[in-house]
Amino acid sequence: MSILVIAEHDNAVLKAATLNTITAASQLGGDIAILVAGHQCGAVAQAAAQVVGVKKVLVADAPHYANQLAENVAALVVSLAGGYSHILAPATAAGKNTLPRVAALLDVAQVSDVIKIDSVNTFVRPIYAGNVLATVQSQDSVKVMTVRGTAFPAAATTGSPASIEAVAPVADAGLSSFVGQQLTQSDRPELTAARIIISGGRGMGNGDNFKLLEDVADKLSAAVGASRAAVDAGFVPNDYQVGQTGKVVAPDLYIAVGISGAIQHLAGMKDSKVIVAINKDEEAPIFQVADYGLVADLFVAVPELSRELDQLKAAG
Amino acid sequence: MKILVAVKRVVDYNVKVRAKADGSGVETANVKMSMNPFDEIAIEEAVRLQEAGKAKEIVAVSLGVAACQDTIRTALAMGADRGILVETDAELQPLAVAKLLKVVVEKEQPDLIILGKQAIDDDANQTGQMLAALLGWSQGTFASKVEIGDGAINVTREVDGGLETVAIKLPAVVTSDLRLNEPRFVKLPNIMKAKKKPLAVLKPAELGVDIAPRLITLKVQEPPKRQAGIKVDTVAILVDKLRNEAHVI
Ligand SMILES: Cc1cc2nc3c(=O)[nH]c(=O)nc-3n(C[C@H](O)[C@H](O)[C@H](O)COP(=O)(O)OP(=O)(O)OC[C@H]3O[C@@H](n4cnc5c(N)ncnc54)[C@H](O)[C@@H]3O)c2cc1C
Ligand SMILES: Cc1cc2nc3c(=O)[nH]c(=O)nc-3n(C[C@H](O)[C@H](O)[C@H](O)COP(=O)(O)OP(=O)(O)OC[C@H]3O[C@@H](n4cnc5c(N)ncnc54)[C@H](O)[C@@H]3O)c2cc1C
Repeated sequence: MSILVIAEHDNAVLKAATLNTITAASQLGGDIAILVAGHQCGAVAQAAAQVVGVKKVLVADAPHYANQLAENVAALVVSLAGGYSHILAPATAAGKNTLPRVAALLDVAQVSDVIKIDSVNTFVRPIYAGNVLATVQSQDSVKVMTVRGTAFPAAATTGSPASIEAVAPVADAGLSSFVGQQLTQSDRPELTAARIIISGGRGMGNGDNFKLLEDVADKLSAAVGASRAAVDAGFVPNDYQVGQTGKVVAPDLYIAVGISGAIQHLAGMKDSKVIVAINKDEEAPIFQVADYGLVADLFVAVPELSRELDQLKAAG
Repeated sequence: MKILVAVKRVVDYNVKVRAKADGSGVETANVKMSMNPFDEIAIEEAVRLQEAGKAKEIVAVSLGVAACQDTIRTALAMGADRGILVETDAELQPLAVAKLLKVVVEKEQPDLIILGKQAIDDDANQTGQMLAALLGWSQGTFASKVEIGDGAINVTREVDGGLETVAIKLPAVVTSDLRLNEPRFVKLPNIMKAKKKPLAVLKPAELGVDIAPRLITLKVQEPPKRQAGIKVDTVAILVDKLRNEAHVI
């Protein structure tokens, strides 16, 4: 058995989601190779070689891999697929974009968002916004799957370096090209990697009021998230959205502020270790999953929370 | 330009789905069914392109049981010109849907195919990408903006760090994200008109496609229920609990 993991990176940094995927790969058993497809991505290959469990790093370095265009990356993965029993990628925007294309070209199914590995061919995945968990068995010779990061711990990056091999790029398919990007700039931790998250919903009223949450976030080294309603209303950018169709998070502490707790939102955060809800409506469904609920006006409670945190800090 | 849109019939997003007691599947008897919300967005985008003079014809395709005709009629009421149902009672997985759609595409020769980014029942997020792969076409997934140019389209995509724009060659596959548009409400006269629009029914066997499932569902179960905790009266108590009871701050 041998497993190919597709690294997620931006040509400079190996993204944390890759480490969770490698843990899932280790649970399958067998040799793990990791593919770094990019351009001038040597630093990523070096980082990938340090991950515990990785036997071999394959590097495909070419300009047409610089922006992870699915058409090109999928063709590359297919050219390398022979001999692998499993092909894994993180269930991130990039993994979800590319991997189904790989599966179709190999004429096999894809198992999306795996949260548990029962055996080499049997996996658990959430359906219906996580209201139900399905245990599925693959009948295909190659198992192609995306892995939900929150369900597996990150692999350590303290391994003895694996070998790094260059692989031949496949010619540019010429179907698509990268035009540009608008990435959200933030000094706070990434949502999917944060230990603490404070999220705001429609109750925040406008984008300016998110400053209240940012203030608390900075005191807790937390990330800031949002409900779909808050994103749709333009309070915050799309990449803040937590939920069934946004990001799935499972921090140690999730603080939901002015969020009602629709099933689509719960799907993205209900595996958090501790959930706090601040909402003025005591009937809000979010209280049904909250460990600590505070029925209060957020415009009073959040500034107070900020002051309490200052006091904690002052007290040491 | 001709646009093909895939529309799926799913359990309505407001329904809280439950696993059957014997774990053989989910309880779908007597629950409300609707068009997958992402597919409403897909149809809306096609209709807007037609209204802007950029598209000539819109064909709505659904695959599944006979009742998917309702879903197609909704698409027709929103503005699609005609419908195609690939009718089957068999379980269809994304690869099979993509293969069936490919045959329909070969017959219909659209320039653009719009699908939802994910169906809210199975949450697979695969079909559009698989279809693009099988056709050898370009793909613009998780689209929040679509601008038609000459022989190519610019698609702004919702990605983990924010937004990204790619130029993709036509013919192409696009999958809709939530913020691509806000679908219109269907007006009664349009529902009446939709009843008269053509709707063809095909069978998978006629299309010569192997639709056998590749994944076998062994069981479905509900995840462990999260217990509701306690209500606290003040922010000070909350902070104390987080510090001294939960040890998270
Ligand atoms: C296909 C589809 C996909 C979806 N995907 C997602 C998703 O991924 N993520 C997601 O979040 N949603 C998603 N949704 C939307 C979801 O159904 C809800 O509409 C959304 O989560 C509601 O956001 P909200 O809780 O912020 O707003 P609301 O439901 O409007 O709740 C606002 C809350 O704020 C409280 N409030 C108001 N003012 C104050 C105040 N001053 N102090 C304290 N509390 C206050 C109110 O009591 C209320 O409970 C999806 C929906 C569909 C159809
Ligand atoms: C009777 C029956 C029983 C089933 N039982 C199970 C089961 O027990 N377990 C299981 O895992 N699956 C089952 N399925 C299949 C499942 O419901 C999904 O149809 C399938 O897995 C596709 O996944 P998805 O829709 O999430 O794909 P996605 O890739 O998320 O869909 C993306 C987009 O593709 C298009 N699309 C997808 N399917 C269709 C369609 N049929 N018609 C038109 N457009 C479409 C839509 O535009 C949609 O927005 C069953 C299906 C049927 C008909």
